[in-house]
Amino acid sequence: MSAVVTSAVPAAFLQAVKVDYWAVLPLLIVLGGALVGVLVEAFAPRRSRHTLQVVWTLLTLVASLVVLAGWSRGHEAKTLGGSVVIDGPTLFLQGTLLALSILAVLTMAERFPGQDADAFTPMGAATPGSPYEAAAARAGLTTSEIFPLTLLSVAGMMLFPAAGDLITMFVALEVLSLPLYIMCGLARRRRLLSHEASLKYFLLGAFSSAFFLFGAALLFAYSGSLDLVTIASTTSAAAPELNNLLLPGVLLVLIGLMFKIGAVPFHSWTPDVYQGAPTPVSGFMAACTKAAAFGAILRVAYTAFDGSRWDWRAAVIAVAILTMVVGSVLSVTQTDMKRLLAYSSIAHAGFVLVGVMAFDKAGVSGTMFYVAAYGLTVIAAFAVVSMIRENGSEATHLSQWAGLGKNHPVVAGVFAFILLAFAGIPLTSGFTAKYAVFAPAVTDGGRAGVIMVIIGVLCSAITAFVYVRIIILMYFTEPSSEDVTVLVPSPMTTIAVTVGVLLTFALGVVPGPVLDLAGQASQFIR
Amino acid sequence: MHSLITETGVVTQAATGVSSVGWLLVALPLFGAAFLLVGGKATDKWGHHLATILSWAAFVVGAAAFLQMLGNDPEHRSYHLRLFDWISAGGFKLEAGMLLDQLSMSFVLLVTFVGSLIHVYSIGYMAHDPNRRRFFAYLNLFVASMLLLVLADSYLLLFVGWEGVGLASYLLIGFWYTNPAYATAGNKAFVVNRVGDIGLTLAIMAMFAVFGHVDFASVQAGVGTASKGWVTAIGLLLLLGACGKSAQFPLQSWLGDAMAGPTPVSALIHAATMVTAGVYLVVRSGFIFDASPDARLAVCFVGAITLLFGAIVGCAKDDIKKALAASTMSQIGYMMLAAGLGPIGYAFAIFHLLTHGFFKAGMFLGAGSVMHGMNNQVDMRRFGGLATVMKITWVTFGFGWLAILGVPPFSGFWSKDKIIEAAFVGDGWQPWVFGTAALVGAGITAFYMSRLFFMTFQGKKRWSDDVHPHESPLVMTVPMMVLAVGSAVLGLILGVTDMFPTWLEPVVGGGAEEHPVINKWVLMGLTLVLVIVGIALAYVRYVREAVPVAPPKGSLLTQAARVDLYQDAVNEGLFMRPGIHLTRGLVFTDRKGVDGAVGGLAAFVGGASSRVRRLQNGYARSYALTMLAGVVAILGVMWVIN
Repeated sequence: MSAVVTSAVPAAFLQAVKVDYWAVLPLLIVLGGALVGVLVEAFAPRRSRHTLQVVWTLLTLVASLVVLAGWSRGHEAKTLGGSVVIDGPTLFLQGTLLALSILAVLTMAERFPGQDADAFTPMGAATPGSPYEAAAARAGLTTSEIFPLTLLSVAGMMLFPAAGDLITMFVALEVLSLPLYIMCGLARRRRLLSHEASLKYFLLGAFSSAFFLFGAALLFAYSGSLDLVTIASTTSAAAPELNNLLLPGVLLVLIGLMFKIGAVPFHSWTPDVYQGAPTPVSGFMAACTKAAAFGAILRVAYTAFDGSRWDWRAAVIAVAILTMVVGSVLSVTQTDMKRLLAYSSIAHAGFVLVGVMAFDKAGVSGTMFYVAAYGLTVIAAFAVVSMIRENGSEATHLSQWAGLGKNHPVVAGVFAFILLAFAGIPLTSGFTAKYAVFAPAVTDGGRAGVIMVIIGVLCSAITAFVYVRIIILMYFTEPSSEDVTVLVPSPMTTIAVTVGVLLTFALGVVPGPVLDLAGQASQFIR
Repeated sequence: MHSLITETGVVTQAATGVSSVGWLLVALPLFGAAFLLVGGKATDKWGHHLATILSWAAFVVGAAAFLQMLGNDPEHRSYHLRLFDWISAGGFKLEAGMLLDQLSMSFVLLVTFVGSLIHVYSIGYMAHDPNRRRFFAYLNLFVASMLLLVLADSYLLLFVGWEGVGLASYLLIGFWYTNPAYATAGNKAFVVNRVGDIGLTLAIMAMFAVFGHVDFASVQAGVGTASKGWVTAIGLLLLLGACGKSAQFPLQSWLGDAMAGPTPVSALIHAATMVTAGVYLVVRSGFIFDASPDARLAVCFVGAITLLFGAIVGCAKDDIKKALAASTMSQIGYMMLAAGLGPIGYAFAIFHLLTHGFFKAGMFLGAGSVMHGMNNQVDMRRFGGLATVMKITWVTFGFGWLAILGVPPFSGFWSKDKIIEAAFVGDGWQPWVFGTAALVGAGITAFYMSRLFFMTFQGKKRWSDDVHPHESPLVMTVPMMVLAVGSAVLGLILGVTDMFPTWLEPVVGGGAEEHPVINKWVLMGLTLVLVIVGIALAYVRYVREAVPVAPPKGSLLTQAARVDLYQDAVNEGLFMRPGIHLTRGLVFTDRKGVDGAVGGLAAFVGGASSRVRRLQNGYARSYALTMLAGVVAILGVMWVIN
């Protein structure tokens, strides 16, 4: 019995761990940057705090990205005793996450005409509508802790796809989630909704973490290890009486992960949270959380569970189909722009799952390309949403968008382009991305792959209806209210939107370089 | 593809020296067009000068490349200029490149020289037009596209130029678009040209399907191994494309209406250059037509029918520009016929194209000069006796008139006579049919062109009271004089020693002396007799007899010719009405059938959506329950399955 226990302790605890610092340096930079950010929050004078935090956060992210692109690429290896695996997919996704979070931070830092970040409340702890809150606003308080929180969350996201064992993965999951729970509750306007979103996200997130842990425990019981490679190697060699533990374990771990991407039926939180959260945070979650969670799903599906995939495949295929159908059908009747984007993100998650289920290198590269392309577009989308206002608050009801093209042709044009990208119209990245995930599903996914792609294409048609209807609303309907205006954004939001839209276009016209990069980076280290 | 071998074993070499900057030919006028269009009102004052300078600059580049070419021996005059990798899709790779050989060089010189002259002329002609800058931008766009068309080394790149000239033509026909009739004329040209373009696109697709390539060299290399049916199909599709662009039967109807554009446009695009692109296409694709006698026969028929059709229509038109347009159609018919005759005709098709480019452009400019002096009057029954007041126009137009008639030693004689001669070469019925058509056409041409000339310049004055005809300014007459000199001597210089056919021979072949079924001296005499009869008839009817200001009723044939032999009625009855009914039917099916199905489906999706939406009730507890139910369902089902 004692022998079992000894072998169950992760190898990391028993031997001197060798660390390849170049490989994990990007991660360390972000973590360190987050800690320094906390210190800045504590010691910097209030007036300069916002500027300092924004500059520091951007510097941290850029530095991490530079190190990643410049040095980490040459250090693909398992490190930290196998707990962290820096390989092609990890690096591609970490780079994507860093790039996306730079754009997201730019949108979070938007002040519009005000003094502080426009999207965030001056005092998160104050009861909404209380005198305390009003006093905080008068005193010029600000929740600039949003930036270190973002960095912490990004660090968790970067670790998520790199995890080499289930414990590391769980830690990463919690590191990325906990800051997000707080960030969701810090909206400046409609604060009750924001608090509700935060609480719901926290409760349901905790619920799903429990599933993940339960699954990990079952797999530990099955294989005697939490190491992904060991689980994979045990799959064929385990004692037959333990076989009944494998399938539930795998499914529960996957369910815990699929919660994060908003797959149906674990999606219920998505619309409420996206609607309640500060708009830039919604964009950040839609882009980065998805990218990280798909990285983790790819990691476990391709390195730990691929031996048993014929047993569990059907469940994920069913989830993928359900996700596409429910996401697209429900987006038809949405009346709130943020909820609509939430359902759209659910549908997109379904499309990406199709690529995951191809079980081929092309599926990996297609998935990674999709999350990168979608992330760029969705951050720009939420940034545009944050600019449309009526009487100061965000005009998220669809009726408020009527006739936007007449008075604000540029903004409406940009948003129309973003919607076309979501719909997957050629010459946008949406088209190439869909092709990148559907093609391997057809060639390598067998009959199930073909069925998923057919359903995926039909669902794309449904979502196209939704998006085009908004374009019609913006251009061919009379404005419902004269009070709807578009705030003039600072260069930061402008940069984020411009970069997002230009890359959406570029990835649609010349996707070659990025597709090639994703293709080269699609080999997991076991 | 550093070098390619053409059918006569000519080596095409990579471009060096001047020819390596051949891309400037296209780039210079294209820059001008873009600059004037983007520059906006800021360039209003001097934009037309810039456009003219750029057009001349293109001519200089072309002339320099021509001189470089002359420096080589005839077998080494062909240059290939690689530009960039254009399309790279899987196994299909296509480079954008330029082919500067004797054939394309002839076109480059014609297009840039005549085009530049017409730029100069337009400075005077469009002096008072508020949209002068836009006009010159379009002219430059046209020159760039036309040069791209003739310099392309693949059918796909040719197609880009092909559409470019189509666009320029459309924009310029409808240049005065505030006049609905002119705008309609532009649309008509556009629609008819689309029919031809479908032919060309299908031809390119067929080439891709059969040969896997669309560049000239590879297609030529593949023709020998392809099936005869495919080659014929490609040939006929190319012919359809050529018919659309060159206003050949049965796609000729747009050219007459295209005269709605400003007269310099008619001279450059709808007489001298663009409309001859179809002839270029056929000659350039000679290797396809050589491999398919059926396709070649079809080209001959199209040419013969059009040359007679145009000539007959030309006899009845009273609008000076429309009469010239009919004549253009007829002359291009000659070229098409020559191109259909194969290697014995290719060189003469291009030769006639060249001389025609000069004399017809000259006559159009002359017509423009007449209109300029006559308050934009175009009805020849309102002209008469202009020779006295517009001396320069009269003389220069007269040169063009003698040239098109084929009176020796004017240019047309050297080129047209050769075509008639070549049409009589061959066995069986073909030389008799095509030869007779060409011969009779020459007689009719003499009649209607003389009619035009006499009605305009000779006879009694039939002007309205309010016009005071006067000679045009020098900026307009100098280009006319230059073109008149060309009309007079170009044929003599290039034709008397067979210099031009020899120059083209490495590209298009030919050379071997063929004997027509009638002795060629007899033919020449017969042609001249017919021409003299035509002139005499016209003289009797339009100089000796008074020309009524109101057109007489005329014979049935005249009435038919006045309405272009009912071509619009035929098109309307055969295509437009059935087309309208078809679209109406489709709209009905679409509304009731497709929209019904789609609408029903959308309603179903919407209904499902609102029902499922109720599950999203906002309570965290029911969300958690949904999740739990999902987990239980998945685990349960998977447990059952395994």
